[in-house]
Amino acid sequence: MTPNLSVVIGTLKLKNPLLVSSGTFGYAQEFVDFLDLNILGGIVTKTITLFPRQGNRPPRTCETPAGLLNSIGLENPGIKVFIQEKLPYFQKLKVPLIVSIAAQDEISEFVELAEKLDKERLVAAIELNISCPNVRHCTKKSNVKLIAQDAKATALVVKAVKKVTTKPIITKLSPNVTDITEIALAAEEAGSDGVSLVNTITAMAVDVEKRRPKLAMVIGGLSGPAIRPIAVRMVWETYKKVRIPIIGMGGIMDADSALEFILAGASAISVGTANFINPNVCSEILRGICGYMIRHRITSLERLRGAIMC
Amino acid sequence: MKQYLEIAKILKNTHIVGPYWKLKLSVSELAHRASSGQFVMLKVDSDQGPLLRRPFSIHQVKGKTVELLYEVRGKATEILAKMKAGQRLSLLGPLGTGFSLCDLSYVPLLVAGGIGVAPLVFLAQNLRNRKGLAILGAQKKERILCEKEFKATGFRVKISTNDGSRGFYGRVTELLEELLAKDTLLRKKAFLYACGPRPMLKQTIMLSKKYNIPGQVSLETHMACGIGACCGCVVQTLTGYKRVCKEGPVFAIKELTEEGLAE
Repeated sequence: MTPNLSVVIGTLKLKNPLLVSSGTFGYAQEFVDFLDLNILGGIVTKTITLFPRQGNRPPRTCETPAGLLNSIGLENPGIKVFIQEKLPYFQKLKVPLIVSIAAQDEISEFVELAEKLDKERLVAAIELNISCPNVRHCTKKSNVKLIAQDAKATALVVKAVKKVTTKPIITKLSPNVTDITEIALAAEEAGSDGVSLVNTITAMAVDVEKRRPKLAMVIGGLSGPAIRPIAVRMVWETYKKVRIPIIGMGGIMDADSALEFILAGASAISVGTANFINPNVCSEILRGICGYMIRHRITSLERLRGAIMC
Repeated sequence: MKQYLEIAKILKNTHIVGPYWKLKLSVSELAHRASSGQFVMLKVDSDQGPLLRRPFSIHQVKGKTVELLYEVRGKATEILAKMKAGQRLSLLGPLGTGFSLCDLSYVPLLVAGGIGVAPLVFLAQNLRNRKGLAILGAQKKERILCEKEFKATGFRVKISTNDGSRGFYGRVTELLEELLAKDTLLRKKAFLYACGPRPMLKQTIMLSKKYNIPGQVSLETHMACGIGACCGCVVQTLTGYKRVCKEGPVFAIKELTEEGLAE
């Protein structure tokens, strides 16, 4: 028996639920020596902006108990270089490519980026990164700190992007909110095909000897196993409120932690920080999920979704 | 260049002196692919973390073994120092861009501060019989590392100690400046290779510019992935931020600025 692992998000069909999270997998080439990329359900790129961004001042990362604190600041070569130099590599792969995009100053940049990506055959879907804690978002015209912290702003971005592309849209949500389900509902109503959660949790660490913050930008985003229970809780809450598929993430390290998210309601799961520790971890997680399903005689992944008994 | 994820067996884990240890690992592919200045990411497993791998520059390769010279300075290296022969470790490498060997017309001038000798021994072996000079700085005479190894490759060795217990009394970069100031021939022919703490590297860069001597430095920094994916380990260069794990850890001195090395 080969379990059916396929997942559908809007018109996006994935052969299995395993994705890699934006910002933790570069543009995929970095991992080719360690992992057969074609086993992945999908690849989410490092976030692309309209123009190149050099990113934040270093130090940009530090390890915390069971976690990784980062403030990279969306360093990326910009959409033009991405399309010319990074995109052609995906021609060789048989994996749906999900391109993560973000705006630097204006919401209209999401539209411009989506228009450009809509023309690219190799792009299977677009993820809207409205939740990066390490950059300023659209502060020129609104007072919103983070789009993902405002239901109206979230809906505005999703609607605007939906108008210019037929590709499936995934909206990436922030855990730094009072009620993540409000934002998820806003994204759903605006036409988002799926939501991915959670992005990193804003956090801070201090070097007591130097009496300085460990990151140059003082505050960064926390990822890794430390945040997993928070992420699982948010996926569960969201699952009970929205109908669109959820991509669950936050500290997935192995098959068991991936299954936690699926049982809490995620249709797909995404591996982030664990890629840094073991660049081959995705193949191990996938094997583990299959093994679990065979052991429990579950033929289709759908049967596990949201299947916790409480 | 191909990189490997390997499970390496510990052959030896030896205490050298003070906080310094040497780890000898048996590997399969990694050793013969490595070049001097490259590094490995090593996973120290324990129930209480650490979560991420730690970078270590490759000290020596012999056949199918890799040697790492390390300083105990945190949780990961404390755990590492307790590991015994026969135990296994996950290793990722060889990673990054290493040293390029200077033209035959140059005299290699190696400058090491403390544990900074680690990648320079591998380099000296690649520059064997080039009549180079290695300047080794340590806090005190007991902590001078790898003097024999440098001499075995035909390098002359000069020593500086911060407490004056052996050789030049002062910092290694002060000794470097003294040598450059009085030796015109060395000044003309030297090609610098330096590794050590940031303040030492800043000083080396300053001297390199002052005396117009070309060279390369190997940088040490915190890393998350080590393979160029996270963009976490960047250093400011004249052409923008560069990843220490990918474009580095070895950089041409002319690409770097003293301000860019501030931590």
